Amino acid sequence: MVTSGWWKWARRRLLAIVPVVLLSTFVVFGLLQLVPGDLAVTLAGETPTPERIAEIRALYGLDRPFLVQYLTWVGNVLQGDLAKSLLTGEPVAHSIINRAPNTLMIVFGALSLSLIIGIPLGVWAAMSPGSRIDRMLGTTVSLGVALPSFWLAMILISYFALDLNWFPATGMIRPGTSFSGALWHSVLPSVALSATGAATVTRQLRNALVEVLASQYVRTLRAKGLTSASILWKHGLKNVSVTLLTVIGLQVNRLFGAAVVVEVVFAIPGMGGLVVPAALAKDFPVIQGVVLTMAILNVTVNFCVDAFIAYLDPRVSLA
Amino acid sequence: MTSPALSPSVRHNRTLAFFSRWMRDDPRAALALAYLFALALLAVLAPIIAPHSPTDQDLDAILMNSSANHLLGTDDLGRDVLSRLLHGAPVSLFASLLAVSIGVMLGVPIGVSAGFLGGRYDDVIGRMIDTLSSFPGLVLAIGVTGALGVGLMNSMTAVGIVFSPEIARLARAQTLIVKNELYVDAARTFGAGPGRLIWRHVLPNAMQPVIVQATLLLAIALLVESSLSFLGLGVQPPFPSWGGMLARGFANMEIAPGQVYSPGIAILLTALAFNTLGGSLGRALDPRSRPRQAG
Repeated sequence: MVTSGWWKWARRRLLAIVPVVLLSTFVVFGLLQLVPGDLAVTLAGETPTPERIAEIRALYGLDRPFLVQYLTWVGNVLQGDLAKSLLTGEPVAHSIINRAPNTLMIVFGALSLSLIIGIPLGVWAAMSPGSRIDRMLGTTVSLGVALPSFWLAMILISYFALDLNWFPATGMIRPGTSFSGALWHSVLPSVALSATGAATVTRQLRNALVEVLASQYVRTLRAKGLTSASILWKHGLKNVSVTLLTVIGLQVNRLFGAAVVVEVVFAIPGMGGLVVPAALAKDFPVIQGVVLTMAILNVTVNFCVDAFIAYLDPRVSLA
Repeated sequence: MTSPALSPSVRHNRTLAFFSRWMRDDPRAALALAYLFALALLAVLAPIIAPHSPTDQDLDAILMNSSANHLLGTDDLGRDVLSRLLHGAPVSLFASLLAVSIGVMLGVPIGVSAGFLGGRYDDVIGRMIDTLSSFPGLVLAIGVTGALGVGLMNSMTAVGIVFSPEIARLARAQTLIVKNELYVDAARTFGAGPGRLIWRHVLPNAMQPVIVQATLLLAIALLVESSLSFLGLGVQPPFPSWGGMLARGFANMEIAPGQVYSPGIAILLTALAFNTLGGSLGRALDPRSRPRQAG
């Protein structure tokens, strides 16, 4: 049940997010200040014409003070105007809306797979800590955490797309066009992205479960004659759900980053495929648009995760 | 924990004793450390022991399988893969160390000062830490690299900045714990100023988790560096880097699938070694975990 404590918590938390989002727009706009040399000349490309330079000066209002530049930019962003790409002339907001579904598809695919693989493995390892299975899973987890997802992506393409022809090697179908097609195309990228997540879920769940199962109250439950399975389901997993949610929040942050590289490997037209060429060509409106969008998506997902934690564990909302 | 009152030689002996016990208790950590030492040695000696120059092209012998002359074969420009791998090692190690050092040098002072001073200053720093952590690390690194310009130094500076909030948060939490310890109160009663309190008492006792986290971050830095070099934002060709080798290998995967293995395995093993060492150090320093070998 949603309690009044939770509502208070949610209101306080939302109010705390506002300055964070505002500061992050400041960071994103401030990226421009890092560009060495005359900004307008640098951004105008290899062979800048005076008209092009003047156009970029006008775009960012470079002849005005920094604060005015920033406020104008934020004002435009709040109205959904992320300016136009310096390379293609396409409105950035438009490109992001077109491409975001593809990124979200593989990120949430990877997150689901991480949980589907990680939860059973974590429970399995926690059933008998120190056993051969536990140690074997521990080694696998260490490998999984260290595995570069974009390298795993290449290996998966090599075997499952090029050799066996089971899955498409590149590209994506927009989820809106054909969901089954999108699912089909997102299998290999999601698997590549999920390895680290699955390993992390396994490790954290195992450690949390081992701690709960060794606690005094579980010992009491055993003494009362409850079976191991009912202790695990009714008491163990309920108590580690907060750990699990915390891991999910951290994984989402990691996945948005890793997805960028995996999208490039699979030639998926997502936000990663947008920002990498933009970073190479100093296409600033695109860089700023994607970095800001990813930060806001990340903050939103993490707020939802925290809200769920506060709902499950009333101590959080009282703190 | 090292007590601040001990003389340097006693502290040194204690560190040595801790180290030898740690290595004896955890053979995996010893193995990881041995691997990293060997890798560092190979990296330093690369110009001497590499069988070929990493940039010499032999267009008559492209995409070759392994042979006596080229133990790991050649790439699409006929360059020796083993030599490129060896010459890429110092780049990767240096890049990881650089990023983590920047993260620690920014994060520790920020975190310790926020924890020690508290109040409004702590609130402001807290908001800034929250803001920087709201960006997915690799994405912000790509943005900063886009602004500063491509290249290893720029991209790893970006990664270091991205790491700093994590270190700062940890250093702040540790400072809050240590600040209220009895011995810090005692030192304050005896008239120690804030500088001395931080330098002699807070820092030495707050650093342990930071060292553990920094070791784990080395693995992430390595993965981020190879990702950025793969994307063309890090080390620029023709200089060898593991990520750059993966990019070329991937481009030729349909005709020579073997090309992506050796750089990938090098990244995997090195990241594994950093993680193993960091995890093991964390357990060795944590007094709670000593009785049972968990995790």
